[in-house]
Amino acid sequence: MFNALTKDYPLSTELQGKIDLVLESHGYDPTQIVEILLEVQDLDERHYVPEPTAYYLAEKLNVPITNIFDCLSFYAQLSDKPRAKYPIQICNSPACRVNVIDTKRLLSTLERLLDIKIGETTYDGRFTLETISCFGACDRAPAVRINGQVYDHLDTQEKIEALLRSLP
Amino acid sequence: MENVSFLTKNFGKYDTNAIGSYVKIGGFSALKKALDLEPLSISDLIASVKVKGRGGAEYDMYDMGRKLSQARAVKGERKVVICNADEGETTTFKDRELIKNDPFNLIEAIIIAGYVVGATDGYIYMRAEYACFRPLLLNAIRQAKSCGFLGEKILGKNFNFNIHLYSGAGAYVCGEGTALIRSIEGRAGRPRMKPPFIKQSGVFARPTCLCNVESLSIVPHLLLDEQQVYASCGMGDSIGTKMISVAGNVNRPGVFEIPFGTTVREIIYELAGGVQKNRHIRLIQFGGASGKVADESILDTPYTYEDLRAAGVMVGSGGILVIDERTSVLDFLRMNQEFFSEESCGQCTPCREGNLHIKLILDKMAEGKATAEDVKLMCKIARVMSMSSLCGLGETAQNSLLSAMEVFPETFEVGGAEA
Repeated sequence: MFNALTKDYPLSTELQGKIDLVLESHGYDPTQIVEILLEVQDLDERHYVPEPTAYYLAEKLNVPITNIFDCLSFYAQLSDKPRAKYPIQICNSPACRVNVIDTKRLLSTLERLLDIKIGETTYDGRFTLETISCFGACDRAPAVRINGQVYDHLDTQEKIEALLRSLP
Repeated sequence: MENVSFLTKNFGKYDTNAIGSYVKIGGFSALKKALDLEPLSISDLIASVKVKGRGGAEYDMYDMGRKLSQARAVKGERKVVICNADEGETTTFKDRELIKNDPFNLIEAIIIAGYVVGATDGYIYMRAEYACFRPLLLNAIRQAKSCGFLGEKILGKNFNFNIHLYSGAGAYVCGEGTALIRSIEGRAGRPRMKPPFIKQSGVFARPTCLCNVESLSIVPHLLLDEQQVYASCGMGDSIGTKMISVAGNVNRPGVFEIPFGTTVREIIYELAGGVQKNRHIRLIQFGGASGKVADESILDTPYTYEDLRAAGVMVGSGGILVIDERTSVLDFLRMNQEFFSEESCGQCTPCREGNLHIKLILDKMAEGKATAEDVKLMCKIARVMSMSSLCGLGETAQNSLLSAMEVFPETFEVGGAEA
């Protein structure tokens, strides 16, 4: 159904192989589309689902391409636009933000060290600062979430610097 | 105050990666017992101790036992039990601890619920933020299957049941029943109109029984509770224990199991270690972002469904957010409002526009430019939202604002005239 388009944007055999592995682990089940997209977007270094990949998935799962893009734009953790290699997600819910001093320190330190503001990406595409709603680590505030991993108790400048340095 | 561990009694007692060590501490004996009982006697047992839905939705506050027996009464084939682990409410992370420390109990609970309802499939819908527990649960499901607790003819009985794990991707609204179901079906999780109700036509149009992690987790413990420990806890009509999560400006934020009837003061000052640097409490929000707020006067209220309701708040999801004097009521409301403006799915007008305009008026208040007219309008929008929104998100989004208007009227006095 989407042959014309997938031919226009051919995927490398290597990427196809990786995507097929993900699809296989979910039994090519189109209802598992959300997990599949989450896993496929992590195959890309910039953590997003490029358009050709989306078409490829639509064809393999036999679902309308609109459904894929609907999911990509609906769910906050999915993206159809390139993000950074390390999207730094900061909790924006009251439970974390009422720890006023810690949260302000976290935010200002990150902005200073990376020289970007919330919503921006560093020039080398390594870091993005983004705010997200609660990720369930309220008892470990102040915390950030990077590629699914929560880094908690970032209550001193040194810890924040050490975190940034520890990312390869 | 007394310490209880009923729901948490397995925590740290077994290796969460190995079914053998769970069986060794008595795991799956509740399932064995359940399969010898009549399904309705199990739901009666749950109803007898008045276990209420622990997810926190206001209209979900009826008996868990009744919910299961109603689900059993629905006619239809291939029924479904869904475990809602999409704990999106802020300040709420009790289900995280239950999944992390006692995954096999949850699996066992879902199988028992499936037996009571007469279901053939169970789904666990877990939020993407808890993706780190996916291997744990997948492993638990796989091991349960290989030991014959899942699959065909479970324990030699005429009962077939399987569990599937689904993941969300960061949408708060997917905690709402119909949205969650759409998400499991592989679509964007936008809520739909009811009826048809989930119990008649839920996931893949099959009759569905949707329960919270905590409500389910109680079931195996209850079945084995011969000494009636659970029934001996609690106060008045709120029987038993509850998992609560405390966060915000407290010294020891975390998850605690309390018997109903523990006072809010004991929770905050003994369990959670008191307010940081002994500051004063500005406000306490109960039940996550969609919960209501109270001031310090609530400290001596016992934590029960009835007493909290009488005091103008709700148990809700079990989250307690303590905010000290450094944050003003208005600042808190603006943060909360930002959350809802972000998380509204944008499908129905009252919620989409209402959340936006309330945010704009709150911002105006912060700048000191709001008039009494604005406050009146905000109040009206909030009421319209709670009456006419499509789903629970829009209906409850303004709980904190409306309750703050009652508890802290001085915040809303602008231009000299009270709103």
